[in-house]
Amino acid sequence: MTKLETLQQELVNLYKNNESTLTKGDPSLITGFRNQALADFARLGIPTRKNEAYKYTDLEKYLTATEYEYELAPLNFEVNLDDIFHCDIPELATQIALVLNGFYYKHNRDIDLPEGVILCGLAEAGRKYPEIVKKHYGKYTNTSKDSLAALNTMFAQDGIFLYIPKSVVIEKPIQIINVGYSFKNLRITRRNLIVVEDNAQASLLFCDHTLCAKSFITNTLTEVYVGNNANLDVVRLQNENSNSSLISNTFINQKENSQHTENVVSLHGGLIRNNIYVKLDGQNASNETYGLFLSDGKQHMSTYTHVHHAKPHCHSNQLIKGILDENSTGAFNGLIYVDKHAMKTEAYQRNNNILLSDSAKMNTKPQLEIYNDDVKCSHGATIGQLDRDALFYIRSRGIGYEEARHLLMYAFANEVISNIKLDALQERIIEMIDKRLKGELARCENCNLGV
Amino acid sequence: MLKISNLHASIEGKEILKGIDLTVKPGEVHAIMGPNGSGKSTLASVLTGRDIFDVTEGKVEFQEENLLDLSPENRARMGIFLSFQYPVEIPGVSMVNFMKTAINEQRKHHNQEPISASDFLKLMRDRKEVVEIASNLTNRSVNEGFSGGEKKKNEIFQMAMLDPKLAILDETDSGLDIDALRIVANGVNKLRNQHNATIVITHYQRLLEYIVPDFVHVLYKGRIVKSSGKELALELEEKGYDWIKEQ
Repeated sequence: MTKLETLQQELVNLYKNNESTLTKGDPSLITGFRNQALADFARLGIPTRKNEAYKYTDLEKYLTATEYEYELAPLNFEVNLDDIFHCDIPELATQIALVLNGFYYKHNRDIDLPEGVILCGLAEAGRKYPEIVKKHYGKYTNTSKDSLAALNTMFAQDGIFLYIPKSVVIEKPIQIINVGYSFKNLRITRRNLIVVEDNAQASLLFCDHTLCAKSFITNTLTEVYVGNNANLDVVRLQNENSNSSLISNTFINQKENSQHTENVVSLHGGLIRNNIYVKLDGQNASNETYGLFLSDGKQHMSTYTHVHHAKPHCHSNQLIKGILDENSTGAFNGLIYVDKHAMKTEAYQRNNNILLSDSAKMNTKPQLEIYNDDVKCSHGATIGQLDRDALFYIRSRGIGYEEARHLLMYAFANEVISNIKLDALQERIIEMIDKRLKGELARCENCNLGV
Repeated sequence: MLKISNLHASIEGKEILKGIDLTVKPGEVHAIMGPNGSGKSTLASVLTGRDIFDVTEGKVEFQEENLLDLSPENRARMGIFLSFQYPVEIPGVSMVNFMKTAINEQRKHHNQEPISASDFLKLMRDRKEVVEIASNLTNRSVNEGFSGGEKKKNEIFQMAMLDPKLAILDETDSGLDIDALRIVANGVNKLRNQHNATIVITHYQRLLEYIVPDFVHVLYKGRIVKSSGKELALELEEKGYDWIKEQ
């Protein structure tokens, strides 16, 4: 057996041995998906490099490096919320909720939200709002094709549930802070469900953090439903320690005239893998997917996108950029899939990367699959270095080498960051990128909880 | 101010400059002319510190310092400015931010405080007038999407902002129509004074009708083969470079 097969067997056993605990008090509508997921996971296994989507992302290296515990219930941590929230986006008028090791934190503050809006843990939502959860849970993910989605579905217990009823507009962004915090190496499963009904509008910020130097493997899956004429704006800030692996799966389903923007900023982490599936499932839907990653050391940052144009007159745009330093590696694998009925599709995809060192490595594979001839599509990818002519030009005006490099990197990153709609958040992220590029963002400096 | 002695430089082992001697004093304008491939732009690159060229022999003193020991940024901070033949587009870096950073680096070098926001705006406004540059150009990214003429004007604008002691204009006339040429030349003339000096590198005599040199040097096969007053430019225009080659 290979190491990944062994791990697969361990996870299957872990599930079987704990099935009763996992499903205890668990609404049937969540449990109902587990058996199928188990079968799918057992059949598919953990993706190896033979899997085209993981050809340049060696999961074995990251997922089997050490032993991990699994917590089946929330740990009894008391967390000083002020501390946690202090370390994130100060001065930003967000409404905040904490998810600790995959579980919605029980002492979250009451959040002032418009009537009818629900923000709570997924487990709680399953009990209190089964009719909504049932309608959407498990509907946009595909466990039969994606084994990591299957793995998530097997172990899913909690995470965020957000429901925005019809025509409700939330002005202030909602900030969800996902924290890994433990005295031992930990495997975390998070499951989120976000439902934005017709004509509703919201803006969300996810911050993924590890708050100590322990090693975490996190499998997070977010299902997103964006109804007719609805508008959802999501920013993800991924900032974990170099011992940790984050596999973030996002499944987005968009209806007619809906708009969705996803901005993924990966600042730090051992392995960060973003799987982003978009289905444009109503006419005139529009999707923007932006990504920026910064890597150094032995980090690996990998992005997989799958944008499915299922209906006519939809628009999609993907722009993923990477800056890789030292021995870090990266991968991009993106697909635009246009159905034969999806006439008048407009779909664009671009991946640009800068290698700052001789040993950094990037693999990129942009792809188009188009089954009708009335479309406007383009894709492209580049891997290069900082422009030497531009560097000299800047230095010839008296700006030092480091500062000149910094200006160019910042300019490169800014094409992604400028799409973050909230000015305060954009500024804050620019600051963090600034620090990161200057090497000031330490490996685990966020640790103000004393671990 | 500038003293070049027996300067040799090569790129990838190929020698381009083969022993240049040139002295420039404050208040002077020197024109360097010569046929394509004679080494004019190489000289500009070597003086500003472009690292693709290797200096194999000779020395360059600038204000009593050994210029060749300095990084490009330190040369600029000391007051050397190059107007590029092909200005580089830098998407995402705003002109305003670029200029502010450059000025503050220069000020830091001279132990001065960073420029205040209001002084900076005033300086920008003032210098824009010198080169008759459209206001909106400075709101954009550095040279991004600028026309050829706009790029050259922007070079002179940057020169006006940084107020160099020695300005090197590398083929600033290339690609300019007559109106743009006049504006650029006017800008340069307005910035001239008895404390600064200019080296004008050009292929044609045309620019020198507007920026009148004190000395004209002919560069040919990596050497200055002839130096004289401004009348030399006219002679070259009339007889062509073949006249030099025959000598």
